[in-house]
Amino acid sequence: MIEVCDLSKSYGSVAAVDGISFSVESGKALGFLGPNGAGKTTTMRIITGFMPASSGTVTVDGFDVFDDSFEVRRRIGYLPEHPPLYLEMAVRSYLVHVARLKGIRGAAARDAADSVIVDCSLAKVADRLCGHLSKGYRQRVGLAQALIHKPEVLVLDEPTVGLDPAQIIEIRQLIRRLAAERTVILSTHILPEVAQICEKVVIINEGRVALEADLSDLPAGRSLEEEYMRHVGGEAHGTAPAPRPAATDENTILEDKGDKPGA
Amino acid sequence: MRNALTIAWRDLRSTFVSPIGYVVLTGFLLLAGWFFFNLLAQFNRIVALYSGMQGTDTTWMNLNDAVITPLLSNLSVVLVILVPMITMRSFAEERSQGTYELLFTSPLKVHEIVLGKYLAGCAVVTLMIALTLVYPAILMIYGNPEIGLMTAGFLGLYFMALGFVAVGNFCSALTSNQIVAAISALVILLLLFVVSWPAENAGEPMKTILLYVSVTEHFRNMARGVIDTTDLVYFGSAIGAFLFLTHRAVESARWKA
Repeated sequence: MIEVCDLSKSYGSVAAVDGISFSVESGKALGFLGPNGAGKTTTMRIITGFMPASSGTVTVDGFDVFDDSFEVRRRIGYLPEHPPLYLEMAVRSYLVHVARLKGIRGAAARDAADSVIVDCSLAKVADRLCGHLSKGYRQRVGLAQALIHKPEVLVLDEPTVGLDPAQIIEIRQLIRRLAAERTVILSTHILPEVAQICEKVVIINEGRVALEADLSDLPAGRSLEEEYMRHVGGEAHGTAPAPRPAATDENTILEDKGDKPGA
Repeated sequence: MRNALTIAWRDLRSTFVSPIGYVVLTGFLLLAGWFFFNLLAQFNRIVALYSGMQGTDTTWMNLNDAVITPLLSNLSVVLVILVPMITMRSFAEERSQGTYELLFTSPLKVHEIVLGKYLAGCAVVTLMIALTLVYPAILMIYGNPEIGLMTAGFLGLYFMALGFVAVGNFCSALTSNQIVAAISALVILLLLFVVSWPAENAGEPMKTILLYVSVTEHFRNMARGVIDTTDLVYFGSAIGAFLFLTHRAVESARWKA
């Protein structure tokens, strides 16, 4: 479904993404891991057509993101790191607006908005302004706008970051439900989230793929945490790049684990 | 085109959901009313003064020259200040609030986005200028101004405002900071206003170039009631040029994003 092939992106002389390749089969959920600044967001932005790559290709359902950008955009629902909300709009009219931007016309735009309001349990806040919502609800509205044109692929950039434990559980359940019938790329720092939702994992570090594996193929007895640390953190093994000097990324993981309720 | 209208409609609504639309409209009308009142009062005083003197010819005094033309040139200065306030949000806010990602991952062409933003700004200035038409209407009820000359004058003001919106949107497309967008638009517009100042002392071809680039020169003709195709071409090409620049700016920001 999604083929990323030798993808690179540089900002000036800095390479954010450096020749990464991976693929996601149709209907599968991919966990996209890596420390902050590893190039996750950049990769996702390229896959969604938000920005062009410096070199390499991405195809979605056989369409190239650069050459057939519109075909790809119609197939992808994207939730960026910060949900793209117009804060002064009410939830329902915001969703109708997004539906129109996605090319849904007339009464169908209202129907699409109503249907995602149900899917994402937003009925209670449908007439409130986006700017007045809690972070958890904003995230749900963000998911709703990503779903509104019934995309086959969902790209979610850290959907549970900054939420409280109850909100994390709700959003995660919602994502798991959505992932059942779609192809999903989920970027996160919370490793158990990947174990719960995804079938496959890609770990990138410093712009390169450090690991691409099905979760079921991970060596027996080794948790995802250990695998992650092996490729990103402490000791460098095999093809893994040199360890990162700052310890902040490890702290993030530990904190997130602490946040995560009863998993 | 429908996509452009979708974007324009949302922007327009957001202008009037926030206080900014009302503040700009109220401020504009308040100033316009003040100018109109004072120009008219002054005109009445002079007419009364002259008609008291016997044998003085007062036919050269008319509402067009004494009220409408100065009113229009005062309003043009107010527009220089207010249009950047209207346009500063157009792209800058989308960028800072993260909705840029929504626009550019939706099946929209860049020119549809640019056009939509432009149309929204045009709608606001159309409303502003339409509301000032109350002043010529008052003159027509109580006085006897030349309708043709007034029409030309207000069209001149309108075309100029449309040009200002294009400049303002371009500045907004360059930055994610609304203040920076407003100030840079203000500076460009003021420069376009005063660029012809050294023209009198400049040699050819500099003189012709400065006079052609200056907004004031083209607007002055229309404010006096003269519709010249040169002026229309000037405003049309300025709008086209700045829309094109906006398109380029938006496109290049994506490559660098």
